[in-house]
Amino acid sequence: MRGWLPVFKKEMRLYFGSPVAYVVFTFFLMISGWFFSQIFLFYSDMSMRSFMQPQFGQNLNVIENVMRPLLTNMSVVLLFFIPMLTMRLFAEEKRSGTIELLLTYPVRDGEVLAGKYLAALALFALLLGLTLLYPGLIAYFTRVEWGPILSGYLGLLLTGAVFLSVGVLVSSLTENQIVAGFGTFGVLLAFWIVGWGSEFAGGNLRPVLQYLAIGDHLDGFTRGLIDTKDLVYYVSGVGLALFLTLRSLDSKRWKG
Amino acid sequence: MIQVDNLTKTYGPVEAIRDVSFGVEKGQIVGFLGPNGAGKSTTMRILSCFMPASSGSAKVAGYDVFSQSLEVRRRIGYLPENAPLYPDLSVSSYLDFVAEIKGVGRAARRGRVADVMERCFVTDMQNRLIGKLSKGYRQRVGLAQALLGDPEVLILDEPTIGLDPRQIAEIRSLIRSLAGQHTVILSTHILPEVSMVCDGVVIINQGRIVAQGTESDLVRQAFPTARIEVRVAGATGDVGGSLRAVPGVLKVEPLAPRDGSVGFLVESERGRDVRPELVRLVTGKGWALQELHQVGMSLEEVFIRVIAGEQDTTETVVLEEQAR
Repeated sequence: MRGWLPVFKKEMRLYFGSPVAYVVFTFFLMISGWFFSQIFLFYSDMSMRSFMQPQFGQNLNVIENVMRPLLTNMSVVLLFFIPMLTMRLFAEEKRSGTIELLLTYPVRDGEVLAGKYLAALALFALLLGLTLLYPGLIAYFTRVEWGPILSGYLGLLLTGAVFLSVGVLVSSLTENQIVAGFGTFGVLLAFWIVGWGSEFAGGNLRPVLQYLAIGDHLDGFTRGLIDTKDLVYYVSGVGLALFLTLRSLDSKRWKG
Repeated sequence: MIQVDNLTKTYGPVEAIRDVSFGVEKGQIVGFLGPNGAGKSTTMRILSCFMPASSGSAKVAGYDVFSQSLEVRRRIGYLPENAPLYPDLSVSSYLDFVAEIKGVGRAARRGRVADVMERCFVTDMQNRLIGKLSKGYRQRVGLAQALLGDPEVLILDEPTIGLDPRQIAEIRSLIRSLAGQHTVILSTHILPEVSMVCDGVVIINQGRIVAQGTESDLVRQAFPTARIEVRVAGATGDVGGSLRAVPGVLKVEPLAPRDGSVGFLVESERGRDVRPELVRLVTGKGWALQELHQVGMSLEEVFIRVIAGEQDTTETVVLEEQAR
């Protein structure tokens, strides 16, 4: 079961050997940095005012007023960026025919999938790791509680893991990268907004729609609350998407 | 080493191959010959475990390609049509990846990669990105990855396509040198390639095997008689009849007259050379002998004859033109 490793290394080489990783990193850090600076400036402005009017800033703290909006904003930005990391993974191999060699090497489909998925996940984790600069900066100016920050990051990592698994699945269904990228974005967006429907949904549908919504599960994590319900959501989401990807790869081998 | 029985593959209503059966002995090189779209690639994709057959069975090294696919894949080196590779990797890092995925240990990897690069003449390009290579180099990198891991069986789909004549010669001698230790099945539509490289031939057309055996077997089957073309000038009387009377001659057919000479196609018993008799006859009659030669019975003609038997005449003409 070590067939995933060469695939993982190959995918990493491809991410960094082509402009993909650099472009995604540059723009994600630019946009999240912009968010951070704006939120932080607003926060310092509020702090200044609370200095003069004490009743104004009773509930002011950096977790609630900086990290939470920052992480939530980053999760929205990921909706756009994750499809660009995953759209290549299978679609390009199918288009160029390299899948024919990859699937005839002595490795299981599961190992190929694991290598590819873990490569995308590692790249994403690295990207997320770079944004730890922002809480680091906060810690430079003031005292912070690291617990809720790290749990927030864990939540964002898990959200990204679900996004990536959906991206891998959609990429395995088509040989067109644009279709893979846009399809992933569509599916993710649908899961993002499905919770909005719960307002007007009646009966049993309401909790179902609320549970399905991807964004809502991040909320607890950003407050420092790790709920089993949310963990189950993320893990089962990744599991289902990867299982379906395996089926989709295997469908080539169905007799017909 | 390779045993294929009644293999059939359909894509929806389209039948790609039907009832294909053949066997390849260990250490042999077998050429898979057929016009484009005959089903060569489909057969190779089934053998390489890329896709399953609709019915029938195929065994490589004693393992079934469908139910024991992983065992088969450990023992084959596969070069798909057009050598699909990753354009964004360099030659050496690509081959390193292939060696690792084929289970070549870390310690041996560097040496093995250097060895196949040497054998396939790509060492001088090892740091280039594959996407920047010419078609010929890409093809050779494809061959190099197939050789990695020292597989018992090599499945090569058109290995010399896109190469220049000197490279073709090099690759052919490389493949030839694999005989003995490796079993090779290669597809091609270049007929002389089969004569030069292969021990056996399988001719496939429209998804069906139409002939198989060694080249000399096929020639004998397709042309049971030896054929000689004779042209004489200044002849009078019944030339054809005189030729027919020569002992050993089975059949005489007139050919179109040319430059005042008359020509005949003489068929004789195989293994009996009637040419000296024919010369004696012609000179004895005082005719001028313009031409006398054995009509070649190459694989090319076998191919055309066998394929022609399968298709209507218009297609045959096209094929003959292509073959020329």
